[in-house]
Amino acid sequence: MTETKTQTPAVDTKREPVIRVETVGMDFSGRIVLDSVSMDVYHGETLVVMGGSGCGKSTLLRVMIGSYQPSRGRVSLFGQDITNLSEKEMDKLRLRFGILFQSGALYNSMTVGENVALPMHEHTDLDDGIIDIMVKMKLELVGLRDFGDLMPSQISGGMKKRVGLARAIALDPEIIFYDEPSAGLDPIVAGVIDMLIMDLSKKLGVTSVVVTHDMNSAFKIADRMIMLYQGRVVASGTAAEIKSSADPVVQQFITGAPDGPIPLRMSKTDFGKDLIG
Amino acid sequence: MSENRVVRLLGTVGGAGMDLVLYLGGLGCLFKESLRYFTVLALGLGGRKRGGFRTLFFQMVRIGVRSVPIVSLVVFFVGMIIALQMAYVLKGFGAPQAVPAVVGVAMLRELGPLLTAIVLTGFAGASIAAEIGTMVVSEEILALESEAMNPIQFLVMPRVIASALMLLCLTIFANFIGILGGFTISGLILGLSPNFYYAQTVEFLKVQDLLTGLIKSVVFGTLIALIACQEGLRVKGGAEGVGRATTLAVVYGIVALISTDLFFSWFFFKVL
Repeated sequence: MTETKTQTPAVDTKREPVIRVETVGMDFSGRIVLDSVSMDVYHGETLVVMGGSGCGKSTLLRVMIGSYQPSRGRVSLFGQDITNLSEKEMDKLRLRFGILFQSGALYNSMTVGENVALPMHEHTDLDDGIIDIMVKMKLELVGLRDFGDLMPSQISGGMKKRVGLARAIALDPEIIFYDEPSAGLDPIVAGVIDMLIMDLSKKLGVTSVVVTHDMNSAFKIADRMIMLYQGRVVASGTAAEIKSSADPVVQQFITGAPDGPIPLRMSKTDFGKDLIG
Repeated sequence: MSENRVVRLLGTVGGAGMDLVLYLGGLGCLFKESLRYFTVLALGLGGRKRGGFRTLFFQMVRIGVRSVPIVSLVVFFVGMIIALQMAYVLKGFGAPQAVPAVVGVAMLRELGPLLTAIVLTGFAGASIAAEIGTMVVSEEILALESEAMNPIQFLVMPRVIASALMLLCLTIFANFIGILGGFTISGLILGLSPNFYYAQTVEFLKVQDLLTGLIKSVVFGTLIALIACQEGLRVKGGAEGVGRATTLAVVYGIVALISTDLFFSWFFFKVL
């Protein structure tokens, strides 16, 4: 819990990146998904990674959390290179960040409360009574204190995401990764999630990395944004800079124009030739 | 051309062989890790990690206790079938009184362990594969890993250990029920007296018969859960992948059971 907090020097990490991604590339059976991505995330800021479906942003997220080994380049978390880390050392780092998965990824065989309690049970020596209180606190933070005894199948998609967030912050992480936090949610619940993300970063000083294609929420929560396109960073800057960017790719993404530099038709072969054979 | 074909054929055969080796290697790795985590749990080396025994117990109930009715039914009927079929053969030799010994030996050495294992493959193996496969699809496995919890420790180990232990228990139980099936038929149709049946069974059966069956059952139980877990963890894609994993868990499970059974039969025949 709090021990993990005190281990890290708080102030001098200000300009030292918490996450450093250096020329990371990722191939899946010959297909290049990430070409070469470099970025830094600083302590306490909210960085939004945006881009269309299939631009490699989920892959980038998985590389950052150490679940994919990048084909090229290096990733460092808290100044430690994770690309060649042993499972054991990686597990130590994993306790310092939390992830909110796209669908919440709650353990379906456990109640909501047990989901939030599991990381505490496994990684701390706290008494059951204290863990119960902590679970209530975490659930209260996402507004679901009364729902601890329900099973994940009994609550809505939006609630699952909120519980997923409560579980992600169970061990008071220093970084939280969000994978499409507002995907599949109604505007109100999406707004609630955005508010929670901002709250966590403002009140607790958590560093956040948000992967999303929801531009509304991106502009609301981002301190800084980067845009991925075809496995490369095509734009980066503050929300205002991105908004006023002259880059046609960025503009198309913001306005949502169906055709433009990002083509409507993804096929690379000639249509006429393909028909005639 | 023909040279090409030979090369291609060799490539295919080699590829399949390689896949098999990798598959078995995966099973071996899961087994090794499960054993390691079980030792840690059993010796209490993991410190105050709660829930380990509780999950194990939960899996034992789910795999073992819930399958008791279906196992009983199948084995009871098979006991009856063996008695009837053997009575037909043995009458030809004028030795219908050998039915109790035949039923007993067939049950203890072969049918008790094998049938229970096959029923369990369908009952538990399929559900384990579907369960873990769904967890892969819904990112639950990724969530476990990213919370520094090892899926082998949390998911595979309890299932493998529970399956091995419960198949052992179920087999003892199935042996008894199967013999009861033979007993029922002998009493009702063949007209053997209950006392005679009992005496014959006790006289002919050796501890060896029971033990060889039980050794097999532990191996069978381990195999069923290992294959089911491996199929579950290998799931790619969505619902389709889960469906395929479930099917493969049962198919590979049964193939593995029969082939290890053959090996054991040969081994016990040579050694004992």
